[in-house]
Amino acid sequence: MNSLYNKKVRYRDEVLKALIYLSSLLVFALVLMMIVFILVKALPYLNLAFFTTAKSTLKGTDGILSNMINTIYVIVVTLLIACPIGIGGAIYLSEYAKNQKFVEIISFALEVLSGIPSIIYGLFGMIFFGEKLGLGYSILNGSLTLSLMILPILTRNAQLALSNVPQSYREAARGIGAQKWYMIRTVLLPSAIPGILTGIILAMGRIVAESAVLIFTAGAGYFMPSSILGHILKSGGTLTVRLYFEMNNANYSAAFMIALLLVVVVLGMNALAKWIARRFDVNGG
Amino acid sequence: MIEKGAAAIFVGCALLSIIAVVAITAYMIIAGTPALKQVGITDILFGTIWSPSSANPQFGILYVILTSIIGTALAVLLGVPVGLLSAVFLSEIASEKWRKILKSAVELLAGIPSVIYGLLGIILICPAVYQIELAIYKNDPTHQFTGGANFISAVLVLTLMILPTLINITETSLKSVPMHYRTSSLALGATKIQTIFKVVIPTAKKGIMSAVVLGVGRAIGETMAILSVAGNSINLPLPFASVRFLTTAIASEMSYSEGLHRQVLFTIGLVLFVFIMIVNLVLSHMMKQGENNE
Amino acid sequence: MDSKIQVNQVNLYYGSKHALKNVSMEIPSHQITAFIGPSGCGKSTFLKIFNRMQDYVDNVKISGDIILDGENIYDPRVDPTILRKKVGMVFQQPNPFPMSIYDNVAYGPRVHGIKNKVKLDAIVRESLEQAALYEEVKDRLYSSALGLSGGQQQRLCIARCLAVKPEVILLDEPTSALDPISTSKIEELLMTLKEHYTIIIVTHNMQQAARISDKTAFFLLGEMIEYNDTMEIFANPKDKRTEDYITGRFG
Repeated sequence: MNSLYNKKVRYRDEVLKALIYLSSLLVFALVLMMIVFILVKALPYLNLAFFTTAKSTLKGTDGILSNMINTIYVIVVTLLIACPIGIGGAIYLSEYAKNQKFVEIISFALEVLSGIPSIIYGLFGMIFFGEKLGLGYSILNGSLTLSLMILPILTRNAQLALSNVPQSYREAARGIGAQKWYMIRTVLLPSAIPGILTGIILAMGRIVAESAVLIFTAGAGYFMPSSILGHILKSGGTLTVRLYFEMNNANYSAAFMIALLLVVVVLGMNALAKWIARRFDVNGG
Repeated sequence: MIEKGAAAIFVGCALLSIIAVVAITAYMIIAGTPALKQVGITDILFGTIWSPSSANPQFGILYVILTSIIGTALAVLLGVPVGLLSAVFLSEIASEKWRKILKSAVELLAGIPSVIYGLLGIILICPAVYQIELAIYKNDPTHQFTGGANFISAVLVLTLMILPTLINITETSLKSVPMHYRTSSLALGATKIQTIFKVVIPTAKKGIMSAVVLGVGRAIGETMAILSVAGNSINLPLPFASVRFLTTAIASEMSYSEGLHRQVLFTIGLVLFVFIMIVNLVLSHMMKQGENNE
Repeated sequence: MDSKIQVNQVNLYYGSKHALKNVSMEIPSHQITAFIGPSGCGKSTFLKIFNRMQDYVDNVKISGDIILDGENIYDPRVDPTILRKKVGMVFQQPNPFPMSIYDNVAYGPRVHGIKNKVKLDAIVRESLEQAALYEEVKDRLYSSALGLSGGQQQRLCIARCLAVKPEVILLDEPTSALDPISTSKIEELLMTLKEHYTIIIVTHNMQQAARISDKTAFFLLGEMIEYNDTMEIFANPKDKRTEDYITGRFG
């Protein structure tokens, strides 16, 4: 009879296990190395003036304040344009759409939009918004182009958030006799806000990280805004764009300081998105 | 009345995505085809000499196309094993604590702007590759030294960039394999590792394939991360050659190009666009197949 | 009657919950032993100890001995994968792998090192025949197992289990998800299998236990209340609680 007391050594298993641990360790080590390196290269040079002044030959300063402001401008304007469209599209797909084929086409279009490389968005923005619509290199141009780019993220998250709203809410609203838009406005959207918010934060993360698109649409301007609204028609280099140019000019200390700022911002946004998801039980259903 | 208006607005919003795709496609074609006609398709796509500002300008982008294709292929080849095994760790093996830690690391990797990858590439990867280059070619008078800004450096950066995509989507696919397959496998006397490689991964095959396709899409479209580390000359994609990818070819000359030169850059954009559309179609074909098999 | 497995004072804790209390019994070889009792009584938990599937549950503490053919299954020298080759399991929900019928049945043998195609072909055929499924699937061995009906899938799972040539087969409510016809096919199957295997079946269906088992154990709240020949349990229960369950007063 076969005895149970026969511990088998499976070499293949051990090798595979080792490879699995090694791969994971490699990924973790790479990320750690990157962060540590950025810290090491940036911390020694950190100074307040860098973050509180703009680049100006007149004043002799070389800070990134204007780029920070440009980044905020781009985020705000892009979200103002893209959120209504993205949420609107999600509402349509989730609550109104009847024709399955149409829904498939829209989903495919969104898939395509999310796969188009940023440089193609840059080219498109440059010739369509920039030349055809005459916006030139401007924050508005950049925002319009970025809106198309983040549309899939916003729509998808909003759609998910709406689909997680219990069907019973809709039935209850219909039972009372509420009309569709009224129901959406007063019952569904409020419930879906955490999920939609998560999508917005994810989109913000993408906007902050973008550079190829913005170089060809929003340009590399580094002047402080002279008027609040008028600034969106001016060229405005964001933090990433500024980083790229500093890098090209071998100003590595400046580049790494901007990199550190960006990493902190990205970490912050990730944490915020996770906190919202947890606090409001976004995927709990 | 408001109800009808609201419905109309929402349809419009949804339609915008389709309009956007049509518009982008249209403009890429409109901007990209004139040069094809003027210079000639074969001259552009299969030519090997790129000299836009010479007396007799040449616009051959064959090497550029090859660089993008082979570079993407290599990045995927390097990234999939590491990505797959890391995803296996996250999904099947890691304790809750380590899972959270590694997952956060991957999320960070995914969120870091691509320019920063380029920055780290210049400072970290290029010098190291340069050392290797020096060692290999030290007695070769014909080798054009790249200082580390070459094909290999670019491929390494690309691999790093597509890792998060590969890992996240593969992990999701693995996690969605029903628990009872694992239980049955274990009950038949398989070990955990055997279960992972003989049941879980094969079951998640479709999801893993789509992760790879998405990784390909990301790699082929990447610009900023490799702009500074690829070298920027036009050469065959050999390891220690200074090269240009479709994306970096556009980015590096667009700002000062004019006339025919600029038009050819748009043609390169069109070529890139066509590649991406092919990747997208493959992906959606795979998703459809997946549904049909349910 | 040969005793295949001796159970001595087994206790199981899920965290602080005392789920199995001092269970002792002997499982006879080449017979069908049934575990019955109301939901939550611990019968499935107990079953999963025999092939050490409890190893994969967090926070479980087990004390006591389970001796199979003279060897303690929790002895540190034991390789659990070899134990599971000897003690197979069929679950409540039919769950064939998303592979072909052939690959499903061949999975076990392959995992245990059999690569030879001719050998595998023979094992697959033999197991499917033993599970009374071969005639129905012989022309589509390479088609997906997921295309079979529920009853066929469960018989496939039995074939898959038989393919590793176990000596003990554990079944955890194997027919509760099936229609009456498939159920009776599987009950017939089990009656033929006991000639070559030792069978332990958990069932919430008393009539099933009465129909097919030789010995029956009644569990309640983690305790084994009574264990006897099936006929005795159903005709002459010694414990009032057993009698109450059998006559349907609770359950």
